[in-house]
Amino acid sequence: MDYTPHTEEEIQAMLERVGAGSLEDLYRHLPQEILNPEISLPEPLPEWAVLEELRRLAGKNQPAFKAFLGGGVRSHHTPPVVQALASRGEFLTAYTPYQPEVSQGVLQATFEYQTMVAELAGLEVANASMYDGASALAEGVLLALRETGRMRVLVSQGVHPEYRQVLRSYLEAVGAELFTLPLEGGRTPLGEVPEGTGAVVAQHPNYLGALEDLAPWVERAHGAGALFVVVADPLSLGVLEPPGAYGADIAVGDGQSLGLPMGFGGPHFGYLATRKAFVRQVPGRLVSETVDAEGKRGYILTLQAREQYIRRAKAKSNITTNAQLTALMGAMYLAALGPLGLKEVALRGVAMAHRLWELLLEIPGVEPFTPKPFFNEFALRLPKDPHAVREALAARGFHAATPVPREYGENLALFAATELHQEEDLLALKEAMWEVLA
Amino acid sequence: MDIPKDRFYTKTHEWALPEGDTVLVGITDYAQDALGDVVYVELPEVGRKVEKGEAVAVVESVKTASDIYAPVSGEVVEVNAALEKTPELINQDPYGEGWILRIRPLDMGHLDDLLDAAGYQEVLEREG
Repeated sequence: MDYTPHTEEEIQAMLERVGAGSLEDLYRHLPQEILNPEISLPEPLPEWAVLEELRRLAGKNQPAFKAFLGGGVRSHHTPPVVQALASRGEFLTAYTPYQPEVSQGVLQATFEYQTMVAELAGLEVANASMYDGASALAEGVLLALRETGRMRVLVSQGVHPEYRQVLRSYLEAVGAELFTLPLEGGRTPLGEVPEGTGAVVAQHPNYLGALEDLAPWVERAHGAGALFVVVADPLSLGVLEPPGAYGADIAVGDGQSLGLPMGFGGPHFGYLATRKAFVRQVPGRLVSETVDAEGKRGYILTLQAREQYIRRAKAKSNITTNAQLTALMGAMYLAALGPLGLKEVALRGVAMAHRLWELLLEIPGVEPFTPKPFFNEFALRLPKDPHAVREALAARGFHAATPVPREYGENLALFAATELHQEEDLLALKEAMWEVLA
Repeated sequence: MDIPKDRFYTKTHEWALPEGDTVLVGITDYAQDALGDVVYVELPEVGRKVEKGEAVAVVESVKTASDIYAPVSGEVVEVNAALEKTPELINQDPYGEGWILRIRPLDMGHLDDLLDAAGYQEVLEREG
């Protein structure tokens, strides 16, 4: 189809309307060097020479640093099979396909994604994904408020501070109240759940990497008629108890840890899983398996009628789009690794992080902060400003020491290790840290 | 299209059947056919006070969701709980087993403002 912005006639009509005789006339007030700039391009080159030149330029890039950054985004290995499958044209789309045009293959892949997420979370239903962990959390809490008909939320300070900001924005818009439960010693102390609370929210492992003991919290929340929402790193669910097993009603989190590139903070995907009883309140898209008139298996977008493009102002959420491709990458990653592979990857991260913790604590002035047990990430108290430490480490070729916001304490920095790290990487970081802190 | 003569109708395709001092409410055969397979019905709480024309329930099909408007002002005294498990009753028997809720009207006289079967038939022909 031709794309014709405007015809000669239309241009003439517009010029007449504004009283300009011609386009040159219309732009007369602009300096000549802007209207007709001289572009100095080199002489044309053969294709092989252009490629050679591009390779030379690319060689000027700094080699990728090993990243020890924590705080919700960590460096992981993406198996080549995931990249190969995800780059197939059948999956690539610039937008979210709706029912009339979405293919059975995409629907089936999404259904498999949902099934894997539900299994990881130990819950019955998962949607087709959200934008990221923070939006998944906000939607999960709104789900709990719709279900309970209440407008009060308790959120642990152990929930990622940026996620809490997103949550606050969403809740302000609907007029709900948000109360923060401060951490004590790096964990969420068990407290009361006041009357009228619709949702209690915690993160496990929490923002500082520490494992929370949530079963008693879940019991208190349920005793007060509130639902329990858990933010959980899906990779951690390869080794930790699934949220459904300790009674959580809604599990959410960011899918980046399932082999997605860090990508300067995105695109990632958020997952959202819950109990079947709440399926009517689930935001976003949901793919179901069914049979057609001839009894053949097929897949279908279901429960669409609550969505914004059909129900408008009365929709359950304003999200009908989801992070289709990145969510499918997460599913491909899970399928490639299998449950045992996921466990291995998670355990290797745990082992490397604990080794790193030991090594860094040998540096004079460095103190532990995150209590054990922790997962693949921990906070340390540094003898210097963490922002300066991070800069100095970057100058030495290390991405490490994510500064922790002051609300958690002074001079705290997060460190993470994953399956990508080797003993020599940890030793190299320790050496650099020693120099920087000396 | 089936339009029983024993009840009243709204232009928005609800029917209202007087029974004693209450009125049974559902959607017409035409409405269920237009919606397609009904997959969910959101029912109001018993005891809720409603104004005539207020959205009182939601009928969801695979493709769309429609508000059900109260044909008369009054109080919801009963809902058809069977629809929670078997919403398809609305497709199968819109004037019988597929009833949605029962309202006790403030004034039974309000029913006179509604359409009779012939009047509703005309509405359908105009929408045609």
